[in-house]
Amino acid sequence: MNLEFLLFSALKVVGVFALVMPMIAYSVMAERKISAWIQDRVGPNRVGPQGMLQPLADGIKFLLKEDFTPAHVRKAYFWLAPAIAMVPAFLTMAVIPFGSTIGHQKMVIADLNVGILYTFGIVSLGVYGIVLAGYASNSKYPFLGGIRSSAQMISYELAMGLAVIPVFMLVGDLNLSKVIEYQSNHGWLVLYAPFSFVIFLVSSFAETNRLPFDMPESESELVAGYHTEYSSMKFALFFMGEYANMISASAMMVTLFFGGWTLPWFSEPALSNAWMYGALHIGVFIAKMLAFMVLFIWIRWMLPRFRYDQLMDLGWRRFLPFALLNVLAYAVWLWVRA
Amino acid sequence: MQDIAFYIFAALTLICGFLVVFNPLSRNPVTSAMFLVLTIISMAGLFVLLNAFFLAAVQILVYAGAVLVVFVFVIMLLDLKEEERRKVNIMGVGLGILSVASIFYILVFRVFTKAGLNEKAVVATVEGDTKSLGMILFKNYLLPFEVLSLLLLVGVVGAILLSKKDLK
Repeated sequence: MNLEFLLFSALKVVGVFALVMPMIAYSVMAERKISAWIQDRVGPNRVGPQGMLQPLADGIKFLLKEDFTPAHVRKAYFWLAPAIAMVPAFLTMAVIPFGSTIGHQKMVIADLNVGILYTFGIVSLGVYGIVLAGYASNSKYPFLGGIRSSAQMISYELAMGLAVIPVFMLVGDLNLSKVIEYQSNHGWLVLYAPFSFVIFLVSSFAETNRLPFDMPESESELVAGYHTEYSSMKFALFFMGEYANMISASAMMVTLFFGGWTLPWFSEPALSNAWMYGALHIGVFIAKMLAFMVLFIWIRWMLPRFRYDQLMDLGWRRFLPFALLNVLAYAVWLWVRA
Repeated sequence: MQDIAFYIFAALTLICGFLVVFNPLSRNPVTSAMFLVLTIISMAGLFVLLNAFFLAAVQILVYAGAVLVVFVFVIMLLDLKEEERRKVNIMGVGLGILSVASIFYILVFRVFTKAGLNEKAVVATVEGDTKSLGMILFKNYLLPFEVLSLLLLVGVVGAILLSKKDLK
């Protein structure tokens, strides 16, 4: 535990945070623009050139609006819930390798040997924010939203967790840096474990409460679900938490299935020094991540919402047995090959 | 550094654990459940200090992330008014403290003084990563492990049986 380690860890934490916060703001912007294109509208175009400063205006608005606390809420949980919704999304980013090395520093905040289990552990804590918000609001619709979300997230965590097992059976390690190393030697894991990827992708839509699985909010039946009673910055925290979750889910998918920061087909361009390679790898990672963010947004505006029973049916009676079969198939394959 | 972290996590575990059963400020079961979550997370911290990373991650994943979410889920659906009106049972708290104190007594004064507190025995011999744990579970303790999984299966079948309204 020396000073250098502490200093560089702090730098990486600040760096990731400083990168993710604007990314959240501009994902909201992208969401509004892309939805506008899909629905043949113009979208926000008033603040700044092409509306590019819209996130700034949104932020100021969130800060300046009245922070109203209804009289009937349970105060302590009402204050706690938005924070709990936001924090896990950021904690999961700690184990994601977002680049190779710059200097002697590995571009990952914490190179854990149980990386993926840590991620699932933290993701499973994310449900408390929503459940507590529903409970704290002490009124019908938020409560229903909270209940729905807890059932939904528990169900899809199972499918998600089982889906990635074949990936780690192939790699032979739980460390995410090792997963990327394997992929740079053998090619992207999406080619080896396509079913895992499909289950993981669909489950991550359910875990982040995005359409077609945004049952906890579903504005046509539950007003706004778990955050109905929230206003101003507390609402903004839920909102940002959702996008932060999408970002970490995208980062996970890039790391697990799409080679992380490695370039697949092109040989790397000759760069003058090692620092530029480091920067290039971070750039590659972010580009892949943004592609997944666009996918998240695109699907939201393309598909209608599932019914709740359909959601449960898909999770428990389709994905869970299928994921188990998938694990079994890879186990047999690896056993035969060995 | 590690010593300080140990004392912080141990204190957190004990304080939160105490607040689960005896919280002077609130008799709300949801609050108790939330303190249980904190207890479990601090225990995961203790596991990390013992190099048992896999156990720590699974502790959070299974207990804090799944079991207690279901607890909270069920508690929220109950009528809590009755529960909140109940007074703290002084008798229960007294008995609880007594039993914890006696276990503490047995541990400290019997085990440690008789065996002699051997500093070397405390040093971890296995890195608590997934591979070594898997080796131990699937080689040395295969039978108990499989029997336990059968027990879980029985539990699942029983739960399904109980939740069926009419048996056919």
